[in-house]
Amino acid sequence: MHELSVAQNILEIIQQHVPESEWTRVEKIRLKIGASAGIVPESLEFSFQAITADTALRHARLNIESIPFRIHCNSCDTTTENDAGWAVCLHCGSADTKILSGSELDISEIEVTEPELEML
Amino acid sequence: MSIVTIERKVLEKNDELALQNRKVFQQAGAFVINIVSSPGSGKTSILERTLEHLKGRLRIAVIEGDVQTDFDAQRVAKFGVPVVQIVTNGGCHLDANLVQDALGNMDLKGIQLLVIENVGNLVCPANYDLGEHIKVVVASTTEGDDKPLKYPTMFRQASVLLVNKIDLLPYVNCNLAELKANAFKINPTLKVFEISCTTNQGIAEWCRWLEQQVQHNYH
Repeated sequence: MHELSVAQNILEIIQQHVPESEWTRVEKIRLKIGASAGIVPESLEFSFQAITADTALRHARLNIESIPFRIHCNSCDTTTENDAGWAVCLHCGSADTKILSGSELDISEIEVTEPELEML
Repeated sequence: MSIVTIERKVLEKNDELALQNRKVFQQAGAFVINIVSSPGSGKTSILERTLEHLKGRLRIAVIEGDVQTDFDAQRVAKFGVPVVQIVTNGGCHLDANLVQDALGNMDLKGIQLLVIENVGNLVCPANYDLGEHIKVVVASTTEGDDKPLKYPTMFRQASVLLVNKIDLLPYVNCNLAELKANAFKINPTLKVFEISCTTNQGIAEWCRWLEQQVQHNYH
């Protein structure tokens, strides 16, 4: 449900990096979202399209890379992935684990077609 | 094609405001908890029992978050503590900005414990740091025993699990051992208290622990 406010934050970050006069050239916004970040990618895409529909960004699309929930077990020294977000080791059941990834909610790149782009 | 490399956190604006709130809490010497749960788990009832139990022992203030109405603030105000109500008008979570606004209407001087009761929602509040020291998640027995597995992000971020409505255990379809086992699969370091706001079971233990955290925060 909070994907709309997340989309608003993405728009604000784009505003800080790409001048509005260049918005028609923005093609993709690359995001990294962890499997356990609590974000529904489809909802975020929908929300972003909804808030940009009346702007020069209306053709820009989110490109979401899903980052797996990954833990390392200190007991059996293995690294495993599970999208259910379990922090106990699926191999040996140990609770002595370290979470490596899965809670990301990052914007990594904006792809803009030529010509020139003035970076702010 | 040109590529603008950004590598920024989408919610960095919230995180920055949360950091500012954290500094305010630190300066005031207040220990701050953010209570989260699904609607109807008993957050406000737990708060009432906690205020009752800690009356005269700790100086407490409360920020209430609700989608609509100030009913909860009215309930809490009866205990004679400073309370500010945030009405989100449809918003599904509190964010650091809303809490910062609320702090503008609250004098934290001398406050040892600030309780922020979030909007009833086990999903969205997980993404928004408010500047609190810990999150306290409430799961009531009437909700069954699978909540931690369904909402792992929230249970992972919490430091404490309050299993509420423990007095109803004989009447509801909830296996307590299973509920706790599920919570530990997501977060092995969770501190768990079994409580009832009707019989007061476990309230003293929870409040004792809370008092210890406040003392610890002071030193």
